[in-house]
Amino acid sequence: MGLNEVAFYVLSAGAIIFALLTITRKSAVVSALMLVLTFCFLAAIYLTLSAQFLAVVQVAVYAGAIMVLVLFVIMLLNLESEDIHITRNWKAMAGILAVLGVLAQILAVIYLSDDRLPKAISANAAALGTTEGIGRTLYTAYSFPFEMASLILISAAVGAIILAKKKLT
Amino acid sequence: MAPLSHYLAVSAILFAIGTVGVLIRRNAIIVFMCVELMLNAVNLTLIAFSQFLGDQTGQILVFFVMTVAAAEAAVGLAIIIALFRNKQTVDVAKVNILKW
Repeated sequence: MGLNEVAFYVLSAGAIIFALLTITRKSAVVSALMLVLTFCFLAAIYLTLSAQFLAVVQVAVYAGAIMVLVLFVIMLLNLESEDIHITRNWKAMAGILAVLGVLAQILAVIYLSDDRLPKAISANAAALGTTEGIGRTLYTAYSFPFEMASLILISAAVGAIILAKKKLT
Repeated sequence: MAPLSHYLAVSAILFAIGTVGVLIRRNAIIVFMCVELMLNAVNLTLIAFSQFLGDQTGQILVFFVMTVAAAEAAVGLAIIIALFRNKQTVDVAKVNILKW
């Protein structure tokens, strides 16, 4: 069992534990901080797959930008903690049972098709995940979607400002 | 190196946790964060397949998913602020104006 493998199992356990804490904490601020930790663990899991560029983007965009935005909104709204009553709510119970059923199905499919999945990480995986590798593909084969992404971001920024403005005129 | 199936299993578990969060929580901001968690679980599947198959397309797709997630976060949080301004609550059970 190599270091990479040990790291993967430890990081996965961490990500799952903090994800569970995210959905069970009463306070929205604590939930958000647990989600930041989940995202950091996921970034480290990306590193075990030698996807360095996306690991850095994960920390910068998700754990950084998006979660700071969420924390700002939580502080802005000054919310009280929410009580979670799962056992008294039959709809939530039915939902959880359905989710567990689907999860069992997905895990069964993964287990049954295990011998058809690729056995080992591809030989040039380290070259694919670097900034150079991603950048080369992004600016050649995917240059048009890349420019469209900037259009999405600018329209989202304008839309967010209009939605959050005090008076709609 | 851990086998691909273990990466997929972790991703499926994280996705299920996110879905449960969407179903049991009533605070709109926490529901929103659970959706982000589900997006991240899918990203893990894409990156794992991309690196095991030696095909970069999956990682490019993750890059665009992150871009759209950033846009979605900005618009989603603006909607939550507008909702709070109109109803003084972000409890999704109390927002039922379109329900009959």
